[in-house]
Amino acid sequence: MKNKKRLTLAKKRAITGYLFILPWFIGFCMFYIKSLFMTIQFSLSDVSTSAATGYTTKFTGLENLIYIFTKDAKFNQTLILSIKDIVIDVPLILTFSLLMAMLLNQKFTGRTIFRAIFFIPVIMGSAAIADSIESARQAAVGGISSQSAAITEASSSAVNLDYYVALFKDIGLPAGVIDYVVGAVGRISDVIDLSGIQIVIFIAALQSIPSSLYEVARIEGATAYETFWKVTFPMVMPHIITCLVYTVVARFANSEIVDYSYKEIFNRINYDLGSAMALVSMICVCVILFTVVALIQKKTFYYN
Amino acid sequence: MKFIKKDAELVKLKAEDQNASSEKLRVIKSIKSIILSLFRLAILVGVSYVILSPLIEIVSNSFFSDSDATDPMVYVIPKAFTIEKYTTVISIMKYWKILFTTVLSDVLLMGIQVLICSMVGYGFARFNFPFKKLLFACVVVMIVIPAHAIMLPIYITFRDFDIFGIISLISGNGLNLMKTMKPLYIMTILGCGLNSGIYIYIFNQFFRGLPKEIEEAAFVDGAGMFYTYFRIMLVNAMPSVITVAVFSLVWQYNDYFFTKLFSIESWMSMKISALYDSVANALQLNSPTITQLYFNAGIVLDLIPVLLMYVFLQKYFVEGVERSGIVG
Repeated sequence: MKNKKRLTLAKKRAITGYLFILPWFIGFCMFYIKSLFMTIQFSLSDVSTSAATGYTTKFTGLENLIYIFTKDAKFNQTLILSIKDIVIDVPLILTFSLLMAMLLNQKFTGRTIFRAIFFIPVIMGSAAIADSIESARQAAVGGISSQSAAITEASSSAVNLDYYVALFKDIGLPAGVIDYVVGAVGRISDVIDLSGIQIVIFIAALQSIPSSLYEVARIEGATAYETFWKVTFPMVMPHIITCLVYTVVARFANSEIVDYSYKEIFNRINYDLGSAMALVSMICVCVILFTVVALIQKKTFYYN
Repeated sequence: MKFIKKDAELVKLKAEDQNASSEKLRVIKSIKSIILSLFRLAILVGVSYVILSPLIEIVSNSFFSDSDATDPMVYVIPKAFTIEKYTTVISIMKYWKILFTTVLSDVLLMGIQVLICSMVGYGFARFNFPFKKLLFACVVVMIVIPAHAIMLPIYITFRDFDIFGIISLISGNGLNLMKTMKPLYIMTILGCGLNSGIYIYIFNQFFRGLPKEIEEAAFVDGAGMFYTYFRIMLVNAMPSVITVAVFSLVWQYNDYFFTKLFSIESWMSMKISALYDSVANALQLNSPTITQLYFNAGIVLDLIPVLLMYVFLQKYFVEGVERSGIVG
């Protein structure tokens, strides 16, 4: 009788495993699963709020979605702008942080100080400060957006940017490439601000590459350039995916479309439209993320 | 005899020649390395300047007096050095009180994050149970889903907070937890706090890399599973604990999303975001340039605690990250 009740070790361990993850599992059901269903429900129905009963929903099908795409004044524009920002910024951030990680991984005096400095943007990356600096600047220049402030700043500097842009256009470089490079130079401080964590991850990744691989490459007579593409790059590839996911998520969380849907919900009290906006933008980003990750995953080499 | 002498001379000459050429090579090599390191230094200093320049400007501006702000001759170094801005901002913000509550909750939340996330990470790393892969995929989903997609339901949940209808049975309707820090604690205890998914992932990667023998020895000696986890695994996971602790302290302290969502007025980042207007109102300032000075002092006051925390932990952190399991 007693023997029948006793569990096998594997079962015991399984139960202990469940116990370990139990707090998270309750939270996940309570906040994430329930919330996702609620967001979907809100975006498919007409939500009216009242002080007495809280809120009531009436199913209306795809009406909200049709509204935000066809009638809302700025939704389409903001969504496309935000996605464009993400698509432009993410490769820049990844390239920049990989290069910086490689520099910081070399041995030289003062390495620790530079590593500490490169982490400062993460510490200072407070959305509250950024928001209020932005609004303070707008107050100072009388409502002119930061974009034009950047332009006036650039044009007042000693270097005449237009001259160089025209110079490269004369050579016959495609205008798209020039615009991208000029844009990248203009965003350099944004890129640096957003790559703190990625640099830390890449430094850790570079340290984990076995040095025997580099020895082999040197004995075989590979140049530094070849070593990078044949050894370093494939070895950090899995971490590029980690960084990519992190960068897209972090960049998206700070994008304009998030702000727009937030304002729709809390400033204009349109729970239904705001939820629909949040849902659509989330789906867009997830689709982009999963396609890119799937594409990279195919070419990724796993050492173990 | 003469020939031999000549030969010897020839050999000597040749050796000298070789010496010279190797010397030349060495010189070229050292020049090359000097140029490379100069190049590296230039890039690093340049990028560091971009990172530090706003900080330098904010710090120097916060010591400006009103006359310095409009004086075109003043650049970075104030002419009439003053800490009046700081004293004013401290009294307007009720800085010490806010700092105390924020840092206290920040540290408490960090402790909970480390404890819960390491437990969950350990559960995923060391135990086999049905649906493990699916559940771990849920952790990844948690990282990927942007918080704003679910912010409204979370807001509603905490505005009418209820556990299976028990509270509304007693008092008629749910508890309104807005404007308190309880939502933050509840979410963190249930492993769904700020960036908890990332921490669970980090701990999971780290525990998977630890050798199994440590635990087996503990089991053989008769330690229970929870005892083993607390007394043996958590101690071994110090690098990840420090990494997660730093991330959690910094991100939670700077968090603006959840504090804004739950309108926690006594959180530092909420005070900072309202500081510009509250200074302008309290002192009846019309000039944005002058208000900016007070605001800069506020930013410095906001950053000091978190910078101190980082300076204190950075020695463990920068080296610790490499062994922390971020890299799987």
